[in-house]
Amino acid sequence: MTRETYLDWNATAPLRPAAASAVAEALALGGNPSSVHRRGRAARRLVENSRAAVAALVGAPAEAVIFTSGGTEANQLALLGSGRQRMLVLAIEHSSVLQAVPDAERIPVDGDGIVDLDALTALLAADRRPALVSVMLANNETGVIQPVGEIAEIAHARGAQFHCDAVQAAGKIPLLIAETGADLMTLSAHKIGGPSGIGALVSSVEVAPLLRGGGQERNRRAGTENLSGVAGFAAAASAANPGEYDLVCGLRDRLEAALPEAIVIADGVLRLPNTSAIAMPGVPAETQIIAFDLDGVMVSAGAACSSGKVGPSHVLAAMRIAPELANSTIRVSLGWSTTEADIAHFIDAWTALYRRTRGRKAA
Amino acid sequence: MNDASPDRANTLPVYLDNQASTPVDSRVLEAMLPYFTIDYGNPHSESHVYGHRAMAAIDAARGEIAGLIHADPREIVFTSGATEANNLAIKGAAHFAREHPTASTPKDHIVALKTEHKCVLESCVALEREGFRVTYLDVPESGLVDLEKLKAALTAQTLLVSIMAAHNEIGVIQPLAEIGAICRERSVLFHTDAAQALGKIPLDVEAMQIDLMSMSGHKLYGPKGVGALYVRRRPRVRLSPLIDGGGQERGLRSGTLPTPLCVGFGKACAIAAAEMGGEAARLKGLRERLQKSLAQRIHGLAVNGDLGHRLPGSLNVSIEGTTAADLIEACPSIAISTGSACTSASVEPSYVLRALGLSDDRANASIRLGLGRFTTASDVDYAVDALAAAVARLRAGHATIDGSGNAANMKA
Repeated sequence: MTRETYLDWNATAPLRPAAASAVAEALALGGNPSSVHRRGRAARRLVENSRAAVAALVGAPAEAVIFTSGGTEANQLALLGSGRQRMLVLAIEHSSVLQAVPDAERIPVDGDGIVDLDALTALLAADRRPALVSVMLANNETGVIQPVGEIAEIAHARGAQFHCDAVQAAGKIPLLIAETGADLMTLSAHKIGGPSGIGALVSSVEVAPLLRGGGQERNRRAGTENLSGVAGFAAAASAANPGEYDLVCGLRDRLEAALPEAIVIADGVLRLPNTSAIAMPGVPAETQIIAFDLDGVMVSAGAACSSGKVGPSHVLAAMRIAPELANSTIRVSLGWSTTEADIAHFIDAWTALYRRTRGRKAA
Repeated sequence: MNDASPDRANTLPVYLDNQASTPVDSRVLEAMLPYFTIDYGNPHSESHVYGHRAMAAIDAARGEIAGLIHADPREIVFTSGATEANNLAIKGAAHFAREHPTASTPKDHIVALKTEHKCVLESCVALEREGFRVTYLDVPESGLVDLEKLKAALTAQTLLVSIMAAHNEIGVIQPLAEIGAICRERSVLFHTDAAQALGKIPLDVEAMQIDLMSMSGHKLYGPKGVGALYVRRRPRVRLSPLIDGGGQERGLRSGTLPTPLCVGFGKACAIAAAEMGGEAARLKGLRERLQKSLAQRIHGLAVNGDLGHRLPGSLNVSIEGTTAADLIEACPSIAISTGSACTSASVEPSYVLRALGLSDDRANASIRLGLGRFTTASDVDYAVDALAAAVARLRAGHATIDGSGNAANMKA
């Protein structure tokens, strides 16, 4: 059997052992957290303790946490629930932000994928209606980190609210919501070692519900709470340790340095410690991914969500990266259990493929 | 005020609240676990085997869910639960009709029963604020829809009828095939919230001519946080999505699918498909035992909702001279409720029972008893003893306050 190396952590991370136990215990507990009887109250305690643990991940008060079915729903809730008349979103946002408000104004990025603050200032000055600015903390495809504190200052100075999608950043870098200045922040459990199907919007401002019904989550999100989900999310949040990523960062840097003639996107700016967007010039991303998969190395061409449609990345296009280069770029993402051997496996597979394709071209 | 017998003192109460939520079946849990830890890939990662294995498991689950309701797997859209499915069905159909007008008369009218679940009613209210019109139909004391009233409510503008398959509080089962036939004849979409009915009674979207059906995992021994909406393909039902993004679920519902939850929901459906007949017979027997014993031991007991058309494990009774709040407090060793868990934190009379025309006193004195897969005959007998004792104490206590006795009061 070929060795399997998972380097697609930004798509989803494996469940942390502590989260697995918490999920199993919560599934066994049962009970509807809204029921008044003892079993319901036990379930309610679990939900509220979990809320506090998730809030602690970003240093927020527990009551700010609204549990959702994941990052996508949290992003929709933030944007559609804000009631703001103007929406300004970064051009490289995740599709769940871009699709939520298709007619939102786009804030441009520079060649490294970093927000153009002057453009943001000008956009806000051009129209006085109450606005919401949505900028992700770190990009899912390139790992590039945005200067969110400055964005918040500019937004707040003009009366705008600031929403920050921190799905990829949470747990990987130190993160305090107060330091980001975000009024609304999106989190997802399955990117930090919790289960899929659960996320949160951390909100210090009013939001109108997207899902209406029983009035759960203080009338901000109806539906019976996903008990095993919140328990697993909380356990993963408590286990999250950005300190682990010092090692991960070292592995990532060695990987990037070891690839002959590779072009690493945005390698000169602040990035997540685990993410690398790597171009193998002249070799289409699809070819690379299939070849790597045959070798047992799992990577992706960008976001997993686009459900198989391998089209040009809107992130790389917004960074004005030449289409030929963008089309030969793959995403490699590491996590807390990635090893030296995993990196060596990837480097071998990459190098072998590169030699093979170059050899063919030369012939 | 504690009726706990010594052997129950340190254990969890007997669980008779299976409409609020059901325990996860151990077979379901077993099916889910590998997808948390071994096959954890993102099912939408098409570039590697971890993603493929996760998606294969989800597809199998989709097939199991579809099989239970005689649908095509492509007609199953996973959601975070029945609340989201109901919101998606109602708002999605309404928004699509508004965005894509076809007929000369706009389709902007919705019909629902006054006894629908909160998330259906709240979705309707939200649409009213957007300019849609909603008719909330009265129901008779039986809780069953009056088909003539339904027919009379339909107009050329009617877009959708939403009627719950089986009721969460009173357990009555609506005549789905008749409603489906009426809706089809009038070219109106038929949506049914089947969160309570799924896996408890046979459901057939073809025979019943159902266009949209909401389902929930945790009401049939599956996990919380997952549900589905059945969306008919032929003739095709079109919806506007509620959650946009990566375009999963054919664009109807974006977001990474939670593989273990989907697998658990599928397994729960497969178990229900195999065991529904036997389980329904057993639960009906237990429910009859519960009802008969309660009636023998407690005078002034009335059953709410039609008895003939009812989920096998569901009973709703009013007990004269008591209030549900007092009863629940007096019976800590059984887990029961006054009605819908979602709103049960507020102790006000059930809007459902009021809609049936019951007096405030009777509505206030109603409790919901829900038997399930793991309920035993001794659980039922224990609950009857506990309730009978509590009623006797409460009535004696009231009598004391009235100045007509004191012994019982001393004991309490």
